[in-house]
Amino acid sequence: MKRLNLIAAAALTIMATATAMPTGLRAADTVSLPCVCELSGAGAVSGTNYRDGAKMAAEEINAAGGILGKKIVMTDYDTQSDAQTSRALVQKAIDAEAYAIIGTVYSGSTIVNMLVAQQNGVPQFTGSEAPNVTRQGNPYIFATSSSSAKGVPGLTPYFKDTLKAKKIGVAWVNNEFGKGGHDVFVNEMKGAGITVVADVPSEQGQADFAADVSKIKESGAEAVFVYLNEEEAARFLKEAKKQGLKAPLVGEVTLTSQKVIDLAGDAANGAYAHVGITVGANVPAVQEFGKKFKQKYSRDTDHNGLKGYIAVYAVKYVTEMNGSLDQEALAKKLHGLTLDVAKYPGMLLTTSWDKTGEMSRESFMTQVVDGKQKVIGTVPAN
Amino acid sequence: MAQFLQVLLSGLATGSIYALAAIGFTLLWQAAQTVNFAQGEFVMLPAFFVLIAMGLGLPLPVALLVALAVSVFVLGYLFKRLIVEPMKASKTGGGLPLVIATMSLAIFLKEGVKEFYGAEAQPYPELVSGGSWDVFGAIVSVTDIAHLAISLGVVVLLTLFLNRTRTGRAMQATAQNPDVAKILGVDTKRMVLYTFLINAALATLASFLITPFYLAKFSNGEYLGLIAFIAAIVGGFNQIRGALAGGLLIGVLDNMTATYVTAEYRAAVPLVLLIVIILWRPEGLLGTSEGRSV
Repeated sequence: MKRLNLIAAAALTIMATATAMPTGLRAADTVSLPCVCELSGAGAVSGTNYRDGAKMAAEEINAAGGILGKKIVMTDYDTQSDAQTSRALVQKAIDAEAYAIIGTVYSGSTIVNMLVAQQNGVPQFTGSEAPNVTRQGNPYIFATSSSSAKGVPGLTPYFKDTLKAKKIGVAWVNNEFGKGGHDVFVNEMKGAGITVVADVPSEQGQADFAADVSKIKESGAEAVFVYLNEEEAARFLKEAKKQGLKAPLVGEVTLTSQKVIDLAGDAANGAYAHVGITVGANVPAVQEFGKKFKQKYSRDTDHNGLKGYIAVYAVKYVTEMNGSLDQEALAKKLHGLTLDVAKYPGMLLTTSWDKTGEMSRESFMTQVVDGKQKVIGTVPAN
Repeated sequence: MAQFLQVLLSGLATGSIYALAAIGFTLLWQAAQTVNFAQGEFVMLPAFFVLIAMGLGLPLPVALLVALAVSVFVLGYLFKRLIVEPMKASKTGGGLPLVIATMSLAIFLKEGVKEFYGAEAQPYPELVSGGSWDVFGAIVSVTDIAHLAISLGVVVLLTLFLNRTRTGRAMQATAQNPDVAKILGVDTKRMVLYTFLINAALATLASFLITPFYLAKFSNGEYLGLIAFIAAIVGGFNQIRGALAGGLLIGVLDNMTATYVTAEYRAAVPLVLLIVIILWRPEGLLGTSEGRSV
């Protein structure tokens, strides 16, 4: 009887100790960083690159001893580019003891699933760039690239001073990503005294851009802001070439990405884009990353590969600053933090997060020349 | 005026490609009394045969011929022998189970391509590429004109074949009344097989023409199948010229709506048109009513 009492007391003590531990603290032998990403469907290009960049970082960190001596375990959760599926998968990843969530990339998905991570107190490193994502007051969401609210204003001097455009056309995708960028851009143009003469929304997955290009041509726009996802951007460029659209085509992030260049072929030549980060940047660490990625996966990556990569390194550096696998401490520490690339080389560029989780760092202007993305200028961090 | 002309021609070019797929619907309906809901995937798949052939090092013209041969065999001959014939020979005699089988085939083809070729869109070479012409101020793409000419040329040739040749007339006789055709000495099984092969060839041609702009992607068939189906119903399910008219109408209407009315709701236009036609003229614009007894 005494023995039974002893066992029961021991069990109760263990249970009490376990429940008394702060919920944010982890005591596992591994660090689970599940990648909830768009591995199929319309966002497969972005999601796959994001996942592969993150995996590369995880392998490097594991080879160097892991995070606080614990190995990173990265499991794939394919959202199929569907917002509701992504929500269910974030919950599933959290149920499987996620320390932090890596993903999602599609803003429409992140807006839906980030509430689940927030409710469970799990930090989430998203590849999304819609300004709405970091404007929800969610203390657990962190961008891995500047949102369009920070990126798009970087284009204003280009339209105003370099292209000296007075009339602008806007082709944008009617989803969370597109709406965010469109709204910021239209406001910026208004402030700069540039008139938007053609405002042309399109649907995600749209295949025929004949009418869109025709409307822009007819409007007399002197330059066009193209804010579309990769596949649609490639279709738009092909149609623009087919219809002989002469106005400069300028995008934010996607328009000069490698995938768009591959899909659009010759039609991509001459397109401009402002990109948060690119493997073509004249930064040795970034170029080295590009080489390693190509060697590992036998293909080039767009900016999403870099975003996934720095997400995992950010988790490592900040967790090690805290000295424990504490999710709440990780989220708190990141707000207002700057990781200097000289001290934290995995970040590739000096990177800061503000109190909303929005990110800021140096960015680049690019142009497609002979089927390759070429960096033509640097935009300071804002 | 220049914009109208440009949008009209773009719509006609795209619509003529929809028409090729829509004609396939009408041919199979007449030959096998089945609606092939895998028709969109029949348009999606040949593009991947081209990519595979090019991946093996074949030049584009040879890759196109190889893809055409493989498509006609797989989507024509094998489709008939492995799916349509066994189901038609069963107790149900085809009907609804056959329609469901084509839906299953559509999923199988789509997921198969996704599994073996990935979910990402692939670049695809243009069959016809060139500059543009200035026609009354409108920049008219040579590609659009070529697509329109090729599609309409093929439809004219098909119509001539069906109306002016012995085999074509035998195919029509088989479609109208297979029992009487058999009594008159027509090899009806062969004629039905020809119909399946022609459908596969039309879908392949549509694939070659449309994929450079849609890009090669496993999910292309979803939209193309729906549009071709609506085009066939709008034009008249039992008439080739009806399917042609339906395809052209939807292509033009889609572009005109997006240009002059609303870009946001352009996808709804074909569906609205379908509802209107079903309410106003169920046999389609150029179709004829058919009696069915139960």
